[in-house]
Amino acid sequence: MAINWFKYSAPSTFYGLAGKLVPWFAWPSAILFVIGLYIGFFVAPTDAVQGEAYRIIFIHVPASIMSMFLYLIMAAYAALGLIFNTRLSSMMASALAPTGALFAFISLWTGALWGKPMWGAWWVWDARLTSELILLFLYFGFIALHASIDDPRRADRASALLAILGSVNVPIIYFSVKWWNTLHQGSTVKFTGTSMHVAMQQAMFITLVACWMYAIAMTLARVRSIILERERNTQWVAELPEVRS
Amino acid sequence: MNWGEFFAMKGYGFYVWGSYGVALLIFVIEIALVRHKRIITLQQLRLLRDAEKEE
Amino acid sequence: MNKLSLFGLLRLVISRDLMLAMRRRADVLTTLIFFVMVVSLFPLGVGPELGMLRKMAPGVVWVAALLASMLSLGRMFSADYLDGTLEQMLLAPQSLSVLVLGKILAHWMLSGLPLVLMAPVLGLQFDMSVQSLWVLIASLLLGTPVLSMIGAVGAALTLGLRGGGVLVSLLVLPLCIPVLIFGTGAVEAAASGMSVASHLSLLGALLVLALVFTPWVTAQALRISME
Repeated sequence: MAINWFKYSAPSTFYGLAGKLVPWFAWPSAILFVIGLYIGFFVAPTDAVQGEAYRIIFIHVPASIMSMFLYLIMAAYAALGLIFNTRLSSMMASALAPTGALFAFISLWTGALWGKPMWGAWWVWDARLTSELILLFLYFGFIALHASIDDPRRADRASALLAILGSVNVPIIYFSVKWWNTLHQGSTVKFTGTSMHVAMQQAMFITLVACWMYAIAMTLARVRSIILERERNTQWVAELPEVRS
Repeated sequence: MNWGEFFAMKGYGFYVWGSYGVALLIFVIEIALVRHKRIITLQQLRLLRDAEKEE
Repeated sequence: MNKLSLFGLLRLVISRDLMLAMRRRADVLTTLIFFVMVVSLFPLGVGPELGMLRKMAPGVVWVAALLASMLSLGRMFSADYLDGTLEQMLLAPQSLSVLVLGKILAHWMLSGLPLVLMAPVLGLQFDMSVQSLWVLIASLLLGTPVLSMIGAVGAALTLGLRGGGVLVSLLVLPLCIPVLIFGTGAVEAAASGMSVASHLSLLGALLVLALVFTPWVTAQALRISME
């Protein structure tokens, strides 16, 4: 079956599609969070080394993974918008940024709360935590640049270039931070249990899927407002029932 | 296991619930912000339309 | 005009920018004085104990150099943007990337090179050994051009924006972290008697990578900003 993908790359059709899709991601996300956390808190056993504190993992690891993936997806959308001049991809990129930044923040926050009981310090200069902090800075840069350019087309293109530059830099930054960390013999965040219990893996996987769905729902909901803002002078926006009423 | 024990998390309650509480708070705030933005955008569109009608 | 070779073009752009800067020497000096001040403030903040200062020196000098090079980024394209030269450059038949490379090199000579030359004097304030000082110079010599190149992209992206000065630091500083790490790492390795070759060669690799890509990226950024 050939789906006409280009049909949905037009903001006017995507607006309606996104509206229909949001609940299909939002509710499963909520349900999966409940299931994942139920398994994580009631089925998964206590870790032998870290005790109950390890249960932070069910939000910490998915949030870290999400923040990194969302940056790459954001850069990919931005690059698409820059190269093929598709307006919708640039809108998607700017809709992804706040969610990604919030996941990066959650990852740092939960990392700090995990670090305190485990290493006795709120913040350890571990390679992964430090890279996460730099990732948050990269998100800030993208959002700040986009926000400070008034012309939406220039804002899209300039921040796209920055996002691409950032995503090329991420591996270099990660490598250098890791190297710096080993040189200074800093502490390394490791899951001390040699083998994770099956229930732990399941719970983490389910909350990860829930985070994915949450991110998709948020992005789609946000991109709808961005589409309306950008297309405010078009006929199809004026004819929308939610605008006419 | 009773609920008091569960929430105490064997002394790690503050850290575990601090993590999940803030994560939940951020999710709630983000959802509220997205909703708020939609309402504001629609309001602006209606104002824009009314202004055009008056012209 | 069309017969200019690439090197001739490069020399032309550099000498023009240097000449313009010589007419406003205060700008160059401000950056340098800022660098000296920031480095000199650290002992006042943390205390004069020499052992600790010696340990902190590479980081302090490098962070100060990073901040000082941020200061002058706003000037890289703004004057040309305001008087219309930049528009002419975009329309010129010559490669914009080469023109941009010339501007980057001129910027480095005016903001990076003075820092490199000043750094040993500041290193003495921190009681650094002669060997560490040499490594500090080498690392700055390899690293500050990278700062100018990455900074050029940021400067091009924020061209003509309100609050561009702070914004450009926000964009560029996270991207400069690898340079900072390898630069300070080299000096620390020298201070503890280890080989500095790996740090310096990684810095060199960053320099080559930046030299290849950033002029082109900056040219693209300028085109986006000037549309």
